Amino acid sequence: MTSQVSPAEQAEPADQQGERGLAGERGAPDGGKEVRRLDRVIIRFAGDSGDGMQLTGDRFTSETASFGNDLSTLPNFPAEIRAPAGTLPGVSSFQLHFADHDILTPGDAPDVLVAMNPAALKANLGDVPRGAEIIVNTDEFTKRPMAKVGYERSPLEDGSLDAYQVHPVPLTTLTIEALKEFGLSRKEAERSKNMFALGLLSWMYHRPTENTETFLRQKFAKKPQIAEANVAAFRAGWNFGETTEDFAVSYEVAPAATAFPAGTYRNISGNLALSYGLIAASQQADLPLFLGSYPITPASDILHELSKHKNFGVRTFQAEDEIAGIGAALGAAFGGALAVTTTSGPGVALKSETIGLAVSLELPLLVIDIQRGGPSTGLPTKTEQADLLQAMYGRNGEAPVPIVAPRTPADCFDATLDAARIALTYRTPVFVLSDGYLANGSEPWRVPEVDGLPDLRVQFATGPNHTAEDGTEVFWPYKRDPQTLARPWAVPGTPGLEHRIGGIEKQDGSGNISYDPANHDHMVRIRQAKVDGIEVEELAVDDPTGDARTLVLGWGSTYGPITAAVRRVRRAGDRIAQAHLRHLNPFPANLGAVLARYDKVVVPEMNLGQLATLIRAKYLVDARSFTQVRGLPFKAEQLATALKEAIDD
Amino acid sequence: MTETISQPPTALAEALSLVPKAEGKQSMKDFKSDQEVRWCPGCGDYAILAAVQGFMPELGLAKENIVFVSGIGCSSRFPYYMNTYGMHSIHGRAPAIATGLAAARRDLSVWVVTGDGDALSIGGNHLIHALRRNVNLKILLFNNRIYGLTKGQYSPTSEVGKITKSTPMGSLDAPFNPISLALGAEAGFVARTVDSDRKHLTQVLREAAAHPGTALVEIYQNCNIFNDGAFDALKDKDQAEEAVIRLEHGKPIRFGADGAKGVVRNQATGDLEVVAVTAENEGSVLVHDAHAASPTTAFALSRLAHPDTLHHTPIGVLRDVQRAVYDTDMATQIDAAVESKGKGDLGALLAGNDTWTVVG
Repeated sequence: MTSQVSPAEQAEPADQQGERGLAGERGAPDGGKEVRRLDRVIIRFAGDSGDGMQLTGDRFTSETASFGNDLSTLPNFPAEIRAPAGTLPGVSSFQLHFADHDILTPGDAPDVLVAMNPAALKANLGDVPRGAEIIVNTDEFTKRPMAKVGYERSPLEDGSLDAYQVHPVPLTTLTIEALKEFGLSRKEAERSKNMFALGLLSWMYHRPTENTETFLRQKFAKKPQIAEANVAAFRAGWNFGETTEDFAVSYEVAPAATAFPAGTYRNISGNLALSYGLIAASQQADLPLFLGSYPITPASDILHELSKHKNFGVRTFQAEDEIAGIGAALGAAFGGALAVTTTSGPGVALKSETIGLAVSLELPLLVIDIQRGGPSTGLPTKTEQADLLQAMYGRNGEAPVPIVAPRTPADCFDATLDAARIALTYRTPVFVLSDGYLANGSEPWRVPEVDGLPDLRVQFATGPNHTAEDGTEVFWPYKRDPQTLARPWAVPGTPGLEHRIGGIEKQDGSGNISYDPANHDHMVRIRQAKVDGIEVEELAVDDPTGDARTLVLGWGSTYGPITAAVRRVRRAGDRIAQAHLRHLNPFPANLGAVLARYDKVVVPEMNLGQLATLIRAKYLVDARSFTQVRGLPFKAEQLATALKEAIDD
Repeated sequence: MTETISQPPTALAEALSLVPKAEGKQSMKDFKSDQEVRWCPGCGDYAILAAVQGFMPELGLAKENIVFVSGIGCSSRFPYYMNTYGMHSIHGRAPAIATGLAAARRDLSVWVVTGDGDALSIGGNHLIHALRRNVNLKILLFNNRIYGLTKGQYSPTSEVGKITKSTPMGSLDAPFNPISLALGAEAGFVARTVDSDRKHLTQVLREAAAHPGTALVEIYQNCNIFNDGAFDALKDKDQAEEAVIRLEHGKPIRFGADGAKGVVRNQATGDLEVVAVTAENEGSVLVHDAHAASPTTAFALSRLAHPDTLHHTPIGVLRDVQRAVYDTDMATQIDAAVESKGKGDLGALLAGNDTWTVVG
């Protein structure tokens, strides 16, 4: 999916009904194997947590990206680092959807399942449609591993897989055989079986292989023998596909040449795009970046990534806890840094008091929340959108905080720049609400020109801004810009502007402590007015026929599934309008007018209806919630059905 | 008190070398803000404020490069009264906020003002981590052994059995010894002083300021409303001579009338104990070494004080050793990264190594 393209501009290929798109077929001209051309494929690699499925998926993604397909990924892994081997809770999977046209989601159901063991088969079979291909590692289908997941008889032999095209492959044995020259122990050799599987799939889908070989040699640069063994396993998998009769057909998925505007592209995950957005914001603001953070899934990648880029002047501080993470960031903001804290929902709960202080101090601060399943520890590695109301209201007192939500992995870059703009312009903490799906999912991204990035430079206060009653020129730390209502940012080191700020209520203007009732009322309202007055882009509505009576309104990572569902609904002949919110606080100025234009408003969310609650309260709209909290993104088909029902209702 | 300055003369310059100097001569008045001081009349905080305001001109730093950060509590109102930059933050979090500020801005002299509840109860985690991390911060911990701002509950330094509003039958909590705690948290500079002894307080501030890295100064401070006289044993002329052990680097640890008492090491246990000094044992009286690499003896000294009577309370600098300073090393890593990779190139970063081109 490409975040730069609006839904209206996107192609509407005929394959989106869920069946596998067969674009063409060509025979084997020289007696070689048959090659079929497809317009899209969904592959799911599934295995034990220790089988290296995420790495396998990442490599296949990278090959696919460099080939020029559009793609979307869904990594899905347990919170435990090494759950008990061979069990259902220990299954880790990686789904990749790639196509010769633009796509929006990682796909509802895999066309190909690679199952490295019985647990992987059992955990994933329910998602696999009949007729799909299943590649199984037969070496693992022995009595004990099968018993662990409750298979009394082998599903490979009892006919229960008759509806599928099963390819039984002794992956472990073949890998060990391929590596026997390397003098590795059986256990060491076995570990390369994921690369054998990757080689086989790379053959099946005509993926370029050079980058993977280069990658393996770099990854194991300190262990050249292991590097070469992995390369050998990878090649053996490829050759196995080419020679064995069981794999009679291979597939081509042409590059998605027409789906993308011209430009230079790369593959990028949400957390990487967000990290780059922070560095870009720092460069564009000409302010040093300071990250105060405490490790938490699924946000830690941002801490890791920023820590690699000290040559951009980035300071990363791994604090003793979530509170110190944001505290240090706020201290750095007082000192004139572009300050950031990164966390997930439980961390936001701990940071709430400091966010309130930042509201009171009116200093710029980015609070990045990579949402995960809750409440409490919840589902650390799964996705959810249930922190919206926490971001909106989760503080003592009236403490409004702007909220920005990216819609796709690549959009995390732009959304972060926009959040930085708001924080710096309005001197306020700002929430960025990403989630586990965006964080770990990836897609092609048109690399932006640095010259085209927004100018975020700010003006620090340099001198007095107020004439006192006695005629002296003084500095008032809370004298506001009449346009933005922002207060001056006077950083330590500026002579003559020495001032004290704090969490106690302040006199507007002078900033001195004030317990005056009228002043408090004024300050509460003016902080709210400042946030309400933040300039955000108008809400765009996609309504190709112009006469839809139903609007689907989403926010955040549901953009892909909702847009895919909208395409299906329209293809089936129904009319529906779509709008997607980036700004949750303040809402775009035209949101009320947009909502009023439609008879029905459907709000799909991965929570129990938090946005729906907000818009019902603010606009008195009878919005209908469609919700799911399964720790996974919506499926397009399921959403399309819900939208159709709403239209017909 | 007439001890020599135990810091090497270059230390002050080193600790504050990046902080711009004041242009003209400063006076105490320069550091008084225009805000009315609102502590209770008779509060020990007044004396500390006066001592700090009086000491600041001696540092000769540009006052716009000085920041006071505090948490919540009576003592935490302190920044409002200093004509420097200041932040009155939230309960317990001042060390964390000051850490970010000091790490981001090495041209600032950053001071934290906190109390026994703020630093040792709600903010205990931040305090110990600031100490082990050794960011360039000076932490002034006003210890009055009571919660004042919330009107008189026992604090984490209150003695066992203390009758307060929240402990009508006596407190059950064993108190912290802040000096022992700081030493256990790897603090490089740990000192104790008393609000009413301006000369001693100033000398300790002087040594703290000269210390590169985090310095913890515990200041015994009288709360005349909720815990009046808590430190009388150390202040009363008749009692103080027996109760207070004044530590001076390089000098034998002796106190009492005419130095009649001294601290010696028990050869059997290795622990420290107070003895009457005689001609025979005079040679074995411990000589205070604030710069000892090991914190063991400093810890043993901190344990001499009786938690209830305060008898044998050491004051002065217990430990002053140089350790790697966090913000200095953080800047060094940034310099090293620029040196090895070149200054960050945003365009190159965004493009990465694995791109493809779509021709329109």
